[in-house]
Order: sequence, then structure tokens, then C-alpha cells
Amino acid sequence: MSDLKIKTMAEMAAEGKQAEILFWVGCAGSFDARAQKVTVALCKILNKVGIEFAILGSEESCTGDPARRAGNEFVFQMTALQNVMTLNMYEVKKIVTACPHCFNTIKNEYPALGGEYEVVHHSQLLQELIDQGRLKLTEGGAFEGKKITYHDSCYMGRVNGVYEAPRKVLEGLDNELVEMKRCRTKGLCCGAGGAQMFKEDEPGDKRINIDRAEEALETKAEIIAVNCPFCMTMMGDGVKAKEKQDDVMVYDLAELIVNNNKW
Amino acid sequence: MVQQILFILVSGAALGYAGYQFMKIRRNILLGQDEEIPLDRAQSWRNVLLVAFGQKKMFKRMIPAVLHFFIYAAFVITQIELIEIFIDGVFGVHRFFAPSLGGFYTFIISFIEILSVLAFIGTLIFLIRRNLLKIPRFVKSEMTGWPTLDANLILIFEIILLIGIFSMNGADMVLQQVDPAHYASTGNLAVSSWLGPALFGGLDQSSLVVVERFGWWLHISMVFVFLNYLPKSKHLHIILAFPNTFYAKQNSRGEMENMDSIMNEVKSMMGFDGATDAAEMPMDEELPEFGANDVLGLSWKNIMDAYSCTECGRCTSVCPANLTGKKLSPRKILMDIRDRADEIGKNLDSKSADFAQDKEKPLSKDNYDDGKSLFDYITREEIHACTTCNACVEACPVLINPLEPILKLRRYEILTESAGPSDWLPMFNSIENSGAVWSMPVDRDQWAKDAMAE
Repeated sequence: MSDLKIKTMAEMAAEGKQAEILFWVGCAGSFDARAQKVTVALCKILNKVGIEFAILGSEESCTGDPARRAGNEFVFQMTALQNVMTLNMYEVKKIVTACPHCFNTIKNEYPALGGEYEVVHHSQLLQELIDQGRLKLTEGGAFEGKKITYHDSCYMGRVNGVYEAPRKVLEGLDNELVEMKRCRTKGLCCGAGGAQMFKEDEPGDKRINIDRAEEALETKAEIIAVNCPFCMTMMGDGVKAKEKQDDVMVYDLAELIVNNNKW
Repeated sequence: MVQQILFILVSGAALGYAGYQFMKIRRNILLGQDEEIPLDRAQSWRNVLLVAFGQKKMFKRMIPAVLHFFIYAAFVITQIELIEIFIDGVFGVHRFFAPSLGGFYTFIISFIEILSVLAFIGTLIFLIRRNLLKIPRFVKSEMTGWPTLDANLILIFEIILLIGIFSMNGADMVLQQVDPAHYASTGNLAVSSWLGPALFGGLDQSSLVVVERFGWWLHISMVFVFLNYLPKSKHLHIILAFPNTFYAKQNSRGEMENMDSIMNEVKSMMGFDGATDAAEMPMDEELPEFGANDVLGLSWKNIMDAYSCTECGRCTSVCPANLTGKKLSPRKILMDIRDRADEIGKNLDSKSADFAQDKEKPLSKDNYDDGKSLFDYITREEIHACTTCNACVEACPVLINPLEPILKLRRYEILTESAGPSDWLPMFNSIENSGAVWSMPVDRDQWAKDAMAE
């Protein structure tokens, strides 16, 4: 048995308690085997710093981002309204999520549906916790001196203007951060957004994730840091296609912290 | 006297026809749906000042930004000289401001001359970039034919304009020496004080007068040609950049327009309080159309975006789909919207009943059907390739949003036509039936149970 404590909002409510923050897990974080590791890593961190969080568990549904961006407003409204109803029922004030797409939809699109919450992405929360001294990174950790490159997700970067928080988190790991040629506002998409994740590519000469993985590999970084479960899949596949999966790892920020602190 | 009458006639005709054309552009923009864009006025003016007037976003690429700024600054400042040209033309006087402004006049005209030389250099380098260096974004498939000619024509016009200015000023400098009674002193102008004597120093007085008049008329004629050419050209951005940045949306880029009608219908389906009862909605009317399949279904701002586009291709050069060989090019989307708006405008002008949906009623944008749509210009393959990464939105120097029309076309395809990539169906069904993008045989929080049990 691990000492992990993960409660649902329903369990908290039954205990008569209110969670400090709701952890919005998302579909990828819940079902994708690779993204699940990030979900667990973030839970570990929240436990360690003593934040009383809860998840919605089976009461959580897809935010509707891919349906909306594919053009299917009906499906979006169905799932989004359901979520807003659930969140309002629990009187949720603050939400953290490890998925930039969930982050964007809840933060920017749910208000029009009657859902107003303070929403932070886990990279922002982690930076805040580090700044406050609540999250301490072990010195001389696993990543000291290693070359890391950071891939900006479109929905945190260009769409929501968050470029520095994830980089600050990485700086705390004593590694050498190397930027790709296209970074920050110019960062190249991994190819998954706009519901591309759920369909075959249109005809072209190359897959977008291959192009991006090549760029990341050019930096000679040993680790590609991401902050989005879809970027994670895309970059992982890209690295594999280049047969570099034994030399170059793709990690989320939360995992890097957990590995660094050997939690 | 003859020159005065000629000038008044020519300028009247040129301004009148330009005005007529600009009204057509306005009409074409208003073919789009009404849309109230919530604006913080202070932010709007900041955008106009920094992005349009100050060209802030151009400076992400230094070389073209500096060259473009030369041409732009020369264009803006030359407007001062144009005021004088107008006064001289209408009242038959010569260099009206020179005597009264004195040294300040010398300064202003010299300033214009120096900027004009810089603009000349910029124009030449731009011609080289387009035609010899063939910068990739200038030679994409959508640039074949007219767009490339259009771009070159503008640069050639610019050069003719500058030849006009320097012939006019250069000959004047020499004439001031030989006939000071008729040619008021302008002081030593920065460029033409040496260029004039160098080029025209050997000419006799009557030839000099001809050169000066030729330069003057060449300049003003080119201005009139330019003005009337703008409505047909990508160069229209020199005007529309200003309103387009003013009306640019200021809400989060991540917020797609909420479709209230669908939200209310879903609310009533789900039994939400306060939702309009679906049963009360008229059922006998035509099925509503969602999204857009034509410029008539886009918003006026989407169409203004298209008319503001100068086809620089910064959007396309950063589009991940385009970079990896897919057909999507955000610039082409804008060009197609403009071409289609022009086409509908022209058909409306024909007043032909062929284009009316209801042949009994007069042709109008609300009674319009030419059997075509934007999908005759933009293929499905293009809109399906978009990752909504916002690189195009970020790249545009005049705050055009190429993503919005793409998403409206997608909405039309999915909601109105029930079409679209079949790959998406399992995702839609899964969200609808199991609340997740994938249908999984396990609980949504199984990961938590597993992790705690470890």
C-alpha cells in the first residue's frame, strides 16, 4: 500500500470537508497509461506539500475541447454543461489541471456557460509552490547538469500566454535548459490540437510531431520536458520514430520533480 | 488655367471613382453577419497606435520590418507634400507653403526626400526578394498569377512615384537658380539639391519646366492610380490595417464563440431551469444553419480580416500543417474569403434574378443563391488539417484571425451537413455516451485506486 491519498469530491463532501483545490484530471490523465503517471506524480506532490485536494472521479467528463474544435458544438455543450453543473454543485472555487486543453476550456469557455472558477495549470501551481518555499527541490537531484529542452504547448503558450512558469520550474532542477529554435511565441505545435489527436493526418510530406521531435533532438537534450498529455504522446511517438527512445526521454514537469526528489 | 481645370477634373474623377470603389468594399464587408465585438476602447486605440501605426508585430522579422518601415514612413510623410500639391493644383500656384514656412519647409521636404531615398532602396530590395531570391512564403501555390503580379505592380508604382518626386524637386532646384521670380526658394533640399543639378543641370529653361511639370503630374497621377488600384489589391492593408486592429477581438484567444442557440437547446434537453422549452420553438421553419459555408455566414469582421490581408504569408510560413506539406494555408483561406466576397458583390451589382434564391423577390444578400459556396474555394482537406495552434493568429502583423473562419467552416460541416472526418465519430460518440474521448472499459478514477493500492 502506498501512502498516496486521493479523495473524490463526493468523499470529501461526505466527510463534511471542502477541498482546497479540485484536481481536474481530464481524459488523458485518467485513461492514457503514460499520462496516468503524470496524474499520479502530481497527486504525490500535492500530498507532500500538504494541499488538500480532491478529484471528481466518475463525476468528471471530458471538457469538450476536441468536440468543440472539431466543430461539434452539440457534443461540447452536452458534456460542458454537465461539468459546469457538477462543479457548481460542489461549489468549486479553484481548479488545477495538468492538461492545457482542459485548462483553456474551463478557464476561457466555461464562463459563458455559467461556470466561473479560478483555474491554474499545474506548471503554474508548481512554480507558485516553489516560489512560496512550500515545494523544495532536492539539490543534486537526478537531473543536475543534464540538458533539458522544453516544448511549449500551444494552449499554455500562444493561447494563454504562459511561457515562463514551466521554465522557472525547470530552472529549479539545476539542469541546463536548452531552447529549440522555435520556442515561446514561435513554438511549433506537436500536431495534436484541434482534434487532430483523434484522426489521421491529412495528406502531406511529413507528420508534424516528427518535425518537432527532430527539432528537439537537434538540441542534443537528454530530456524533452512537456506540460500537456497530448504533446507527451506526440513527442514520445516522434522520438520513437527517430529510434531515440533509449537515449532521450519525454517527461512532464510533475514527473521531473517527483524523480528529482526521489518521491 | 488649362492645367488647373485639368487637375480639378482629373482629381474629381479619381477621388469620385475611388470613393465609389471603397463603398463597394464596405458593402462587401457588411455582407457578413452582424457581430457586436466587446471592446475596451483604450485597448483598441493602443492596438491602432502600436500595431498599425507603430508596426510593432512587423519587428519580429527585422530585415523586412526595417525596409517596410522605410516605405511606410515615406508614404505617411509624403501625405504632407500631397496637401501642397493639391493646393497648387487647384489654385494654380507653385509651392504654396515655401515662402511662408521658410526653413521649416526646407526641413520637411528634405525629410521627405531622405525617406524617399530609403523607400527607393527598400522597394528595390523587395523586388529582389520577391523575384530573384524567391523567399519561400512569396512563391507558395496560392501566390501564382495575379497575387504575384499585384505585389510587383505595387512596388513598380512605388518606384514611378519616387521618380516623379525627384524629377519634380530636382528640376525645381535648377529652375530656382535660372528663374527665381517664378520659382520661390525652397532652400537646399537634402537630395535634389545635388541630384537635380547632376541630372538636369545641362537642360535649357523650357526643358526644365517640362521636366518639372512631368514630375509633378507623374507624382499626382500615380497617387490617383494608386488610390483606385487599392480596392482591387492586397495593398488595401494600408487603409484597413487601422480599423482592423481597432476592431480586433480582445478576449482570450482560447475562447471559441459560444453558440447560444445550441446551448439553450441542450439545456432544455437536459432539463435545466430557465432554458427555453424546445417544444415552444417553431418546428415548421427551415432547419437552422450552424457555422458558415459562405461569406454571408461569416461575421463582418472575418471579411474585414480578408480585405486587410496583404498576403505576406507570415501565417502560412509558421503553420504546422503547411510546413509539413498539407494543403492548408491560412493566407489562402483569407484570400479565398476576399475573392468570394468580391464575387458575391459583383453578382449583387448585376441585379440579375439568376442569383436570387427567391426569383420573385429582388436580389439582395438575404435573397441570394448563386449555387456556389466558400467550399468551392476552400476544400475540406484544408480545414481538416488545422491544429488550432494559433501560430497564424500570433504571426499576423495586422491582427487578422485566420482560425475563426476555419472553425466556422468546421461547424457548418459537422452541425449543418452532419459530415466531416469519419475518424471523429468515435470520439463524438464516446464523449456523448461515456463522457470521455475514448470509450474505456474501466472507471475514470481506476488510476487512483491502482496508485493507492500499489
